[in-house]
Amino acid sequence: MERTAVRRRLTWQAGTVTEIREETATARTIVLDLPDWPGHLAGQHLDVRLTAPDGYRASRSYSIASAWTGSTIELTVEQVPDGEVSPYLVDVLKVGDPLEVRGPVGGWFVWRPDSAGPIQLIGGGSGVVPLMAMLREHAHASSTAPARLLYSVRRPTSVIYAADLKKLAMSDDVDLTFVYTREAPPGEPRVGRVDAELLAAKAFAPTDDLTTYVCGPTPFVEAVADLLVAAGHDPARVRTERFGPTGGPR
Amino acid sequence: MTADVPTYLDGNAAAGALSEVFAVDLTAAIGRCAGCGHTGVFAEVRLYTAAPGLVARCPGCDDVLLRVVTTPSETYLDLRGLTYLRVSNS
Repeated sequence: MERTAVRRRLTWQAGTVTEIREETATARTIVLDLPDWPGHLAGQHLDVRLTAPDGYRASRSYSIASAWTGSTIELTVEQVPDGEVSPYLVDVLKVGDPLEVRGPVGGWFVWRPDSAGPIQLIGGGSGVVPLMAMLREHAHASSTAPARLLYSVRRPTSVIYAADLKKLAMSDDVDLTFVYTREAPPGEPRVGRVDAELLAAKAFAPTDDLTTYVCGPTPFVEAVADLLVAAGHDPARVRTERFGPTGGPR
Repeated sequence: MTADVPTYLDGNAAAGALSEVFAVDLTAAIGRCAGCGHTGVFAEVRLYTAAPGLVARCPGCDDVLLRVVTTPSETYLDLRGLTYLRVSNS
């Protein structure tokens, strides 16, 4: 993370919800206008803080879904059953509401357009969110770095950003593979998980300049990272971000 | 939820709380565990959030590396399990 000339203590700032888009039955994208936002790198996240009328506070970390283009930022929130924060963000929050955030944070699980080498993105469920920010940054920067996304979802209706992903995949430099774990669309023979065979067929083979980003529920991330290391990938070039056991971002 | 489902996140999720205290991003910092000597990027530690605060444990030996507790008025930082943190100067 580059240090800026003037560091101020990173703390909470208020934004305003300018748009809400339904992505799936349980996930929505929240567009936020943040007047004090300093910009962010693809893959970074922020913390969202809710304050109840009695003063009780809860905060959760959410990945940023958008590339920084100088205006608003986008978050995509998947509702976690029995969650403390996500039900409010998915069911109650509306356009015009204020929202408190702290960020951007995280300098490890990031992709910069000036970094050399191809990128392999592997996402499980809502783990696709920071990877989408990377693909959007890739397009925004007109990067020619070869990029592949393996996106593991339960069923076709669970796909977040379906239309946007198809558009991004029209680029010669971006390759997209869906893995359906419960139910596949018609004509798609395979239902299963990301395994060694699939990685061998669809993911980049290990090279010295390849960087792999894996994000999703903790068990998914651990399984995929182990498979990658077993397939000869350098553990130091596999970057992971765990979204917790629920399958939703925390 | 069964006992064999991991209940932890990773160091990335502590970045916000730590940014209130440190001038540099700690997720990319290299830390060394005082318990087993494991050295790695802070983003890869195991982070438990279902506690009064955040507890970071070593992915090698599960010892506590760091704890952060935020109260309405103060933040407590306990760095008991780290012999060092190495951050880039650039």
